[in-house]
Amino acid sequence: MERSEIKGFIAKRVAKELHDGDVVNLGIGLPTLVPQYLPDDVHVVLQSENGIVGTAAVDDWTHSPLHIVDAGGSPSAVDAGGAFIDSATSFAMIRGGHVDATILGGLEVDEEGSLSNWIIPGKKMPGMGGAMDLLVGAKNVIIAMEHTAKGAPKILKKCRLPYTAVKCVDKIITEMAVIEVTEDGLLLTEYNPEFTVEQIQEATEAKLIISDGLKAMC
Amino acid sequence: MPTLVSLEEAAALIHDGMTIMVGGFMGCGTPHDLIDVLADSDVKDLTVICNDASMPGGPMKEEHYGVAKLVHNHQVKRFIATHVGLNPEVAKQSMEDKTLEVILVPQGSLAEMIRAGGAGLGGVLTPTGVGTIVEDSPLCLGKQTIHGKEYLMMDAIRADVAIVAGSVVDPKGNIWYRGATSNFNPLMATAADTVIVEAEEIVYLGYIRPEDVRTQSIYVDYVVRGGKKRGTV
Repeated sequence: MERSEIKGFIAKRVAKELHDGDVVNLGIGLPTLVPQYLPDDVHVVLQSENGIVGTAAVDDWTHSPLHIVDAGGSPSAVDAGGAFIDSATSFAMIRGGHVDATILGGLEVDEEGSLSNWIIPGKKMPGMGGAMDLLVGAKNVIIAMEHTAKGAPKILKKCRLPYTAVKCVDKIITEMAVIEVTEDGLLLTEYNPEFTVEQIQEATEAKLIISDGLKAMC
Repeated sequence: MPTLVSLEEAAALIHDGMTIMVGGFMGCGTPHDLIDVLADSDVKDLTVICNDASMPGGPMKEEHYGVAKLVHNHQVKRFIATHVGLNPEVAKQSMEDKTLEVILVPQGSLAEMIRAGGAGLGGVLTPTGVGTIVEDSPLCLGKQTIHGKEYLMMDAIRADVAIVAGSVVDPKGNIWYRGATSNFNPLMATAADTVIVEAEEIVYLGYIRPEDVRTQSIYVDYVVRGGKKRGTV
């Protein structure tokens, strides 16, 4: 797969996880590509934690007034039937279990389903923003990320970077595989036929359990 | 009734060493004109509580946008925020120069901690941050298990002064927020000893319907005309 195709490939697969009517919060970066791959009959309500229920996409400031931004600070808009809310209301929604799914990127995920994605001590400290709340509050937590960092595994036995949240991830979707977090460990349920199962395991530090129903990603 | 003051008079209410809350999210819903006047003043050693440290540039194509100006001027000694990654100056001052203390708090926790500060509560119990280094934060008071589930006890926070941005403000200080500008503003307006609202538009009494009031007059001490930079519908 060409490098330039990876993000779109992952986003397309993630889109299949969403159902019509789901309330969904997307992290910045790759997750924002997901809505463009939703089938015509699947309509989700996007929640932006800065205060929008029913976030609509716009390209730039010429189409967005300054008083509407999304959670990445980019120009945004609201759908018909949407609403603006304050930050406490927004996170009551998130922690209170009213968000069906969140799709976030990750630096490291481990076999217990813990995630690290907010700080590299001494090097980078962007902050957790709303990620910690989303991870504990959303009903379905999907991590959408490249399988490795330039070849170095990101799916580990145990995260080395400080956690964003522990035992919170439901599913990991990469350009190589779809992996479910289970009580027994990481279950490989789908693989990209461009790779063998052995290659996927090699790119993964944690031991993968191969699902009986293993199938090709599409 | 709040006092209508000039931007300069409002800025003069903020003194060296004070803790200020600043409304807004990546500059959206931030009282930009007040920030500009503060950035032009000599006030220093501020503790700033704001969702983020904004960013260079921004939609106004300025050198720095929103609270980023105060950081760049070295007027801030402590920054309590949820995300500072889009403003490289924060990383420089905190990690390289070590002149700025940054305390990062989960966004949902920060919102509730401010709400608690304004609502007379001693703190907030939240599952967010359990098992993470948030447990070591000076703003985390400990851990509690309730009905078998672990929660962090996060401190309630207040400020000396809150500066908030109101889209439409009436003479009594009632505020209506346009679009996504409310974010932290209505919470911060309840949690400071002195509350200053920068009004994009000041309207006659009765213009804002009582059921549309989002920040109630009783919280507001000072109103300034501003909002020139935030655009209007």
